[in-house]
Amino acid sequence: MTSQPQTLFDKLWNAHLVTPETDAAPAILYIDLHLIHEVTSPQAFAELEQRGLPLRRADRTKGTLDHSTPTLPVGADGQRNYVNAEARAQVDMLRANCTRFGVELFDYDSPQRGIVHVMGPELGLTQPGQTIVCGDSHTATHGAFGALAFGIGTSEVGHVLATQCLLQRKPKTLAITVDGELAPGVGAKDLILHVIGVIGVNGGTGQVIEYRGSTIRALSMEQRMTVCNMSIEAGARAGLIAPDQTTFDYLRGRPRVPADFDAAIEEWKHFHTDEGARFDREVRIDARDIQPTVTWGTHPGQVAAIAANVSTGDGDDAKARDYMGWDAGAALAGRPVDVVFVGSCTNSRLSDLREAASVLRDRHVHPRVRMLVVPGSEQVKREAEAEGIDRIVRAAGAEWREPGCSMCIAMNGDIVGAGQLAVSTSNRNFEGRQGKGARTVLASPLTAAACAVAGEITDPRPYLTTEPARIAELETA
Amino acid sequence: MHPITEVVSRTVVLRERNIDTDQIIPARFLTTTQREGLGKHAFNDWRTLEDGSPNPQFPFNRAENVGARILVAGRNFGCGSSREHAPWALTDLGLRAVISAQIADIFRSNALKNGLLPIVLEDGIVDELLDRPGIELRIDVAGRSVTLPDGRSVQFPLDAFAQTCLLGGVDQLGYLLKQDAAIARFEAARSEQQGQSQEFRHAS
Ligand code: SF4
Repeated sequence: MTSQPQTLFDKLWNAHLVTPETDAAPAILYIDLHLIHEVTSPQAFAELEQRGLPLRRADRTKGTLDHSTPTLPVGADGQRNYVNAEARAQVDMLRANCTRFGVELFDYDSPQRGIVHVMGPELGLTQPGQTIVCGDSHTATHGAFGALAFGIGTSEVGHVLATQCLLQRKPKTLAITVDGELAPGVGAKDLILHVIGVIGVNGGTGQVIEYRGSTIRALSMEQRMTVCNMSIEAGARAGLIAPDQTTFDYLRGRPRVPADFDAAIEEWKHFHTDEGARFDREVRIDARDIQPTVTWGTHPGQVAAIAANVSTGDGDDAKARDYMGWDAGAALAGRPVDVVFVGSCTNSRLSDLREAASVLRDRHVHPRVRMLVVPGSEQVKREAEAEGIDRIVRAAGAEWREPGCSMCIAMNGDIVGAGQLAVSTSNRNFEGRQGKGARTVLASPLTAAACAVAGEITDPRPYLTTEPARIAELETA
Repeated sequence: MHPITEVVSRTVVLRERNIDTDQIIPARFLTTTQREGLGKHAFNDWRTLEDGSPNPQFPFNRAENVGARILVAGRNFGCGSSREHAPWALTDLGLRAVISAQIADIFRSNALKNGLLPIVLEDGIVDELLDRPGIELRIDVAGRSVTLPDGRSVQFPLDAFAQTCLLGGVDQLGYLLKQDAAIARFEAARSEQQGQSQEFRHAS
């Protein structure tokens, strides 16, 4: 046993070192789970083929279709409504590559297909103590389980396919401690938007964040995933939360967890930060300072409480205001909304859809608003439909779609028009992210649904008539 | 990868901070399965006007910038998505270096694998470069230095391994493949020393 107290990150790092780093060379880090999807993998498989290399560990590689997949059901002609032939070819290519290299693919016919960061945890593929990578920056989501999970580029996808390893320099550590109770109507999305507002859109660059404190401990796994998901929006390499009983309870019984689950728990308990371990940097946040929060600008650090006003700053703030169509100092509340999107790996799990449905129930989406609700996976869709959430969504006048990334990245044809204002539960409000000229306001599922009903940006708290958790009982009663 | 020892070029300037990879290459161009040909879509939404015609104000549309190899940009360049399409698009435009006061982690890592130098300099000097578009710079990879037209030279940080790869045209996958024995030892040791449950396998 080492006597030196270690952080959770140190333990994860050390447990996966094939060779440690030196001045002359980065560390070689072993990867336990490699998730792939259609957009960032074709060129990596091509590299393998060109070099005549085998895939080292097909058993540690899992594929899904999510980014460029249509969210409308298969048409009467049996065809999927791809945005273009290239998108179809991309999906076909992943299928061909998975067949050729023996990789398990969660294809359209799989009841387990989903957005890569929704599917992994749901299946129990994501486990504490692992290293997990994917050619997708929101791989940080899996850190909610105490796994070191981060996004990589396509060249690195090729490195992992061929060697199951990555060359990495050790990042620094940042502890973000959140203490206190969240007010009703304030959720994990508000928390992480607030955190990014505090540390800045580049506040996590070069660092791995560990989220700690009583507020974090009290979060469900779904909420922890929402928090870790957006670590990259502060520039961080990864986000981590130490596994605890909440983690173990979530994983127990999932299809891909270890057969001897109790023995696994004993090993997973090792992955926490030791008393007295040092972080390179620490930030403290008081949960009572957090209100329903949205972005007003064009990066996720430009946030404000819904009750507040848009920044009057110049420079970047002025440019963002200009793109978003705000006057300096304008009130956020009351701005008309054109589109509402509930979905993405940040907020498309069952609990998120329940929250949105709790607001939509017995209400109607404002006539000016187009609202899309897109479950994160086939399983979420099934469970939501079993509870009647699809009926609530449709009855409210919103669209209920097939699982996928959809308007989060808007590369499948689900787009927001130029100049339109969208309130979205996704993670990026960059210029044009949801379509050329589209304006995005990031929000929680509760806020998004409230905005859909009001037809304008609004605080969700007056709409909290039903406890989200009780929706299921109400529906089946 | 070809070795890169130096880049000598006039600069193109994008003053904006936090230029994210959705700006560098919008997602709707990611349906490609190739690495090549993305340059024509680089900065698409800034380059074109509403009607789809080229925006004459945008630096990459201006005649004097054709052939420029060095981009100078505001702080936190390349934030956002991990898409390697971003450096692919920039190198396809002819760029060989990006200079900024801060460059996002994943973008930096992707850039280095594609012969695009990510160069971080102090705010003061970046501000000066942002204010003087079109000046000629000389970037020396071996010396980790950028030389200005007046002869001043500033140092930039460059990881020793990245430097070796750039100077020698060393390909990182090739390097990793040579570590096969160590990787195999790691896999063997782990399956022995750790309990069965830690092994990657599942009940169904
Ligand atoms: S939902 Fe959005 S952020 Fe998540 S994986 Fe898909 S495109 Fe990426």
